[in-house]
Amino acid sequence: MDHAHASTIFNKDKARTGWHDETLWMVREKRDKAARLVPDWEKLREAASQIKSHTLSNLDEYLLEFEAKAEKNGIIVHWAADALEHNEIILSIIRANNISKVVKSKSMLTEECHMNEYLASKGIEVIDTDLGERIVQFRKEHPSHIVMPAIHLKREDVGETFHKHLGTEKGATDPQYLTEAARQHLRDKFISSELAMTGVNFAIAETGGFVVCTNEGNADMGAHLANVHIASMGIEKIIPKAEHLGVFLRLLARSATGQPITTYSSHFHKPRTKQQMHIVIVDNGRTVQLGRPDFRNSLKCIRCAACFNTCPVYRRSGGHSYHNAVAGPIGSILAPNLNMRENADLPFASTLCGSCTNVCPVKIDLHDQLWKWRQVLIKEGYGSISKKAGMNVMNTILSNPGIYNFMGKIGRGMLRAMPWIAKSKSLNPWYKQREMPNAPAQSFKTWYATNRKKS
Amino acid sequence: MKVALFIPCYVDQFYSQVGISTLELLERLGCDVDFPIRQTCCGQPMANAGFAASSKACDANFTENFKEFDYIVCPSGSCVLHIKEHLQPASDPAVARIRSNIYELTEFLVDILKVENLDASFSHKVGFHVSCHGQRGLHLSSMSELMAPTFSKPAKLLGMVKGLELATLTRKDECCGFGGTFCVTEEAVSVRMGQDRIDDHLDKGVEYITGGDMSCLMHLEGILKRQKSEVKVVHIAEILNSRN
Repeated sequence: MDHAHASTIFNKDKARTGWHDETLWMVREKRDKAARLVPDWEKLREAASQIKSHTLSNLDEYLLEFEAKAEKNGIIVHWAADALEHNEIILSIIRANNISKVVKSKSMLTEECHMNEYLASKGIEVIDTDLGERIVQFRKEHPSHIVMPAIHLKREDVGETFHKHLGTEKGATDPQYLTEAARQHLRDKFISSELAMTGVNFAIAETGGFVVCTNEGNADMGAHLANVHIASMGIEKIIPKAEHLGVFLRLLARSATGQPITTYSSHFHKPRTKQQMHIVIVDNGRTVQLGRPDFRNSLKCIRCAACFNTCPVYRRSGGHSYHNAVAGPIGSILAPNLNMRENADLPFASTLCGSCTNVCPVKIDLHDQLWKWRQVLIKEGYGSISKKAGMNVMNTILSNPGIYNFMGKIGRGMLRAMPWIAKSKSLNPWYKQREMPNAPAQSFKTWYATNRKKS
Repeated sequence: MKVALFIPCYVDQFYSQVGISTLELLERLGCDVDFPIRQTCCGQPMANAGFAASSKACDANFTENFKEFDYIVCPSGSCVLHIKEHLQPASDPAVARIRSNIYELTEFLVDILKVENLDASFSHKVGFHVSCHGQRGLHLSSMSELMAPTFSKPAKLLGMVKGLELATLTRKDECCGFGGTFCVTEEAVSVRMGQDRIDDHLDKGVEYITGGDMSCLMHLEGILKRQKSEVKVVHIAEILNSRN
């Protein structure tokens, strides 16, 4: 189902759409307040953008430096060309250790690779330990937001889900009570799991270490208790030096939720005695994107979701309407790279208002890339035939002043004489919830010819 | 000062009073205004739908009409931004000249004519809708996302209008949801965005919603009329040219 269709369904519940919009707008406002408290916020964004640009231009060197340092620290480094190879590597590590159950903290990369489904098909149970992710996992849904995976759900929905899966009281909505139930449930999973997976927010080339940011400490709970720790990262997560962390950690949480910093910014450098630590470095289309000059900047993304929260379209269509692991404006410029046919609708799910570009902490030119993807998608043949025919007619009219004047006059005349022509809610989407503009007898050109004609 | 007037196609066809107000306003401020009569459209409707590559003839017509002028003024931030960023071929010196010589109306009044006072009056409570392309594209006003000093060229001009009371909105610069073809291809979200913008203005008790882009206002007007609201839309050129 394409974005327009899915968001039409989303918008049927007006009150809920309003609630979704207000909830995320509140997060955007928190971000504004937090950013205002940082002197030279805009310079910090610029610094982050430049570090990322530099890194992307030297990605090969930094990745190899990271690999060498990490291996020296005792970490086992794996390389995966695509989602399947990533999943197979994970499975092979799990199998080598005779494990059937793993805990996993937030990793959008594993969502992108559909790893949970893959492992389930091989008989491995993955327990998502981020509270929001656990909620959507119980409901057999996907995260609707990369930072707040269950933001589409109200506490009543969570109460119902927990009643069904955790045996909490029916009708319970108290966040404290529900969170405690989830905590007890997850503690049990942490203790009994021998393998923990995490994502990676930043991998530092000069140290071979990596940083995982969470608010719940669930990455640490998992990694500290399990004998095997696997961290999955996209190739773009590299930063050159440890000192650069100061730039990104200051930006990340402020942009994401308005917090000065995530509750936990955990630095992993080497395995504990008798612990295995693996890193899987994944391409999955990123090098293709890196090779597209207009779109390579999208790889600067640090997954803060500020562009989601500010996007007036995202707030009123919900994350699932984007049918991609990463939704929102950033998802709409990443997804066509992975599959143009399936994601051809996404760059059009925007008014090009430009708010996303302004909040982006690493200064990705999001709305310009949305515009550019539209051109690529049409050129590659992913526009509908009717749309193309309509555009050709429009282009003919608008490039010929004589035809334009004539058609304008005829069009306005028809609208005046037969206003019902445009008043078909099935044929004219404008008219479903909006009146047509009045069609005046004369255009500005006609007025001008009568009143101002020089020579 | 010799100025070429560019009136966007849909304004020409549906909102001639906006063209007339813009022309009269510029003339009152001492400009010698020419209106190249064979002009049609900036090409944005095709380009934003992904068909920029096939709007070459439209671009050529625009260039032919406007290549001789030092100043091109248009009462639409969106059309101006499109010309500035996307008029092709960029390598053509005439195109490059047009790209740097085109101004949105309020930008032209504030930055080029340096208007400090206006003989205008409009005794109503007015809400100003900030259009995204004028704001985030042409920087006609500061943006709520950026940590930078606040300013607004349109608000500065509205401040010169006698009797006008400008409402303070809750969401100062959220998009109205028009978005070109978005308004029909994503009808549900588009209308919801428009309704939410209107509610913000209605909460503040405005009698008129104004703005620098008639496209946003046309969308909001369609919703207001469907709601049978008494609140009207009016282009900023009409207010600045008004003496009621």
